[in-house]
Amino acid sequence: MFAFIIRRVFQALIVMLIISLLGFAIKQSVGDPVREITGISVSAEERDALREKLGLNDPFLVQWVRFLDRAVHGDLGNSFYFKRPAFDVILSKAPATLELVFATALLVILFSVPIGIYAAVRPNAWPARFLMGASIVGVSIPVFLTAILLIYIFSVTLGWLPSFGRGELIEIFPGWKSGFFTWDGLAHLVMPSVALTTIMLPLFIRLVRAEMKEALETEYVKFARAKGLRPSRVLLLHAFKNTLLPVITVGGVQLGILIAFTILTETVFQWKGMGSMFIESIERADTSLTVAYMVFVGFIFVVVNTIVDVIYGLVNPMVRVAGGRS
Amino acid sequence: MGQLLAVKDLTVKFALRRSSLTAVNNVSFSLSRGERMGLVGESGAGKSVTGFSLINLISKPGYIDTGSILFEGRELTGLSDEEIRQIRGNRITMIFQDPMMTLNPVLTIGTQMVETLKAHGNISTRKAEAVAIDKLRLVQIPSPEKRLRQYPHEFSGGMRQRIVIAIALLTEPALIIADEPTTALDVTIQAEIMDLLITLCDLSKMGLILITHDLGVVSEVTEKIAVMYAGKIVESGPTRSIISDPSHPYTKGLVKAIPGNIPPGEPLHQIPGMMPTLTDIPAGCSFHPRCEYAGNICTTQIPDLAPVPSRQSNVACHMISGRLAPSDIGSAARRKRQTAIAEELPA
Ligand SMILES: Nc1ncnc2c1ncn2[C@@H]1O[C@H](COP(=O)(O)OP(=O)(O)OP(=O)(O)O)[C@@H](O)[C@H]1O
Ligand SMILES: [Mg+2]
Repeated sequence: MFAFIIRRVFQALIVMLIISLLGFAIKQSVGDPVREITGISVSAEERDALREKLGLNDPFLVQWVRFLDRAVHGDLGNSFYFKRPAFDVILSKAPATLELVFATALLVILFSVPIGIYAAVRPNAWPARFLMGASIVGVSIPVFLTAILLIYIFSVTLGWLPSFGRGELIEIFPGWKSGFFTWDGLAHLVMPSVALTTIMLPLFIRLVRAEMKEALETEYVKFARAKGLRPSRVLLLHAFKNTLLPVITVGGVQLGILIAFTILTETVFQWKGMGSMFIESIERADTSLTVAYMVFVGFIFVVVNTIVDVIYGLVNPMVRVAGGRS
Repeated sequence: MGQLLAVKDLTVKFALRRSSLTAVNNVSFSLSRGERMGLVGESGAGKSVTGFSLINLISKPGYIDTGSILFEGRELTGLSDEEIRQIRGNRITMIFQDPMMTLNPVLTIGTQMVETLKAHGNISTRKAEAVAIDKLRLVQIPSPEKRLRQYPHEFSGGMRQRIVIAIALLTEPALIIADEPTTALDVTIQAEIMDLLITLCDLSKMGLILITHDLGVVSEVTEKIAVMYAGKIVESGPTRSIISDPSHPYTKGLVKAIPGNIPPGEPLHQIPGMMPTLTDIPAGCSFHPRCEYAGNICTTQIPDLAPVPSRQSNVACHMISGRLAPSDIGSAARRKRQTAIAEELPA
């Protein structure tokens, strides 16, 4: 198991290197660091001098290593617009996005597991058929449309839910303002998280259902029944535990994709998180911030995937002993 | 020996969209306490479905249509799900064919044993583990205390089947249904596992229904045999007399096909043709298209399973001597064949 974790971490590092290389390449071709520092009202000679001083005339690889070195120390350049280190800007926006993702993941798990199991056990019952049909519709509507629809119904027409912002926040520890602890904050969280959930939920219902159906057909489930176990134990332990592996694997990947989808959702709901910040940074040509976002999200993605792999190893006894799988 | 199990006129069907398939057709047999019976026949004959129907575990569109299953004096058909669950895995246990697929890969052996005991009685985990260790020792698994914490993939195929047998023994059942328990195993291990199973059955006076297509195995370990063909029992009786002197043409073919009965150098015997699928079972005797003795009557009338005069076995065949009126027989050629059989089967 230990060797397995080491190997996963090593792979994660390689992926991070590649992400940083991509980010750096974008920065090189689009951004102008001198502008970030000086603004426009500086003469060309002064700029060239600064350029030399900053090492911007060095070979690409040398600059990349320098970029890497700084990134490892938490320095992802300065935001041109915010006049602050890009990393600080991202950190201040991260809680909003992470809370949105967390609420969405919770909703997805809460709904997909029971619905998926139910649809696998009773594939022909009408509620199951209805849910599977609805999930096809759900997956094919783009998230911004869902979001606008939700706003139209629940904010504009019914006036039940606030349509933008995060509402009343409480600082739970320095730098982290949370909306989870006030009714107003929770009310603001409802529609953005529901909109995000609609993209992920159908996939997960289908995944849980398909894996459950497969597990229910296996000999070991039949044997579990033949042992006279209670139906609930056969279903929730013998069959469901075997669906966990694929669900966790796909779940890890989807969590990353979920972060990508926050860009749209946050923009529609004016949710002041990393996603809307990313769009704004592009509009303002704030290249350092754009690249910093990409590297940061890439980092989260890699960390999540590595953790998922380790959990996978913990759930699957085969990986644990063999120390790896191909 | 008291009676353990009496199956009477059991019919199992699979519901299709409009019609239904009859996988088990009017099957009757009985078993005394501690008695062993072999259920033999070709693939698809309905052996497994018969076995599973005893504990009401037929796979999905299947259902018991008619018939009675009397087990330890209790009628099992018509019991509620909860009532049959308490018998299943407790008084009647099963051993499956492929030990690589039977055990749940993500649960330890200990979990899979303890849960069985807990499903059938109020027992503490510690006591249940003690029982499990005891049974693992019975099936000769070394250092069972340690093995209890391991997962199925840490065992070989033969070891896994021993564990499955140990699970089947946990609740000290009165009847074990073993569905081809050695087919998936290495030839070298097959005999070992079978010996173990038989020893353990003797040890605690357990009844055994051994499902297999291998008459050779059955002839060594069972007291009686029921031969199934296309959902019906075509011949049943004491193992010794059926093996040494089969009556039904199908059984004759099976006996001839036992590898030990074939002189070295000669090709393996095969019954020509294939067993019909359930969707197009021939009219009359379902074996007649493959039967070299078949007469006119065989194509129209279904033969009953009835005692053969002067034998202990029951046979479902028109061509057994003493069963036919001359008018039943068609051509002269057929009549000639009929006399040939009559000579072959001493009346
Ligand atoms: N779920 C099912 N749906 C429809 N038909 C089925 C189902 N299960 C079994 N059958 C049919 O029932 C018949 C008997 O099957 P069964 O599994 O009892 O055969 P068997 O004698 O055990 O053969 P084998 O030696 O291959 O195990 C087969 O013709 C099969 O097609
Ligand atoms: Mg079978």
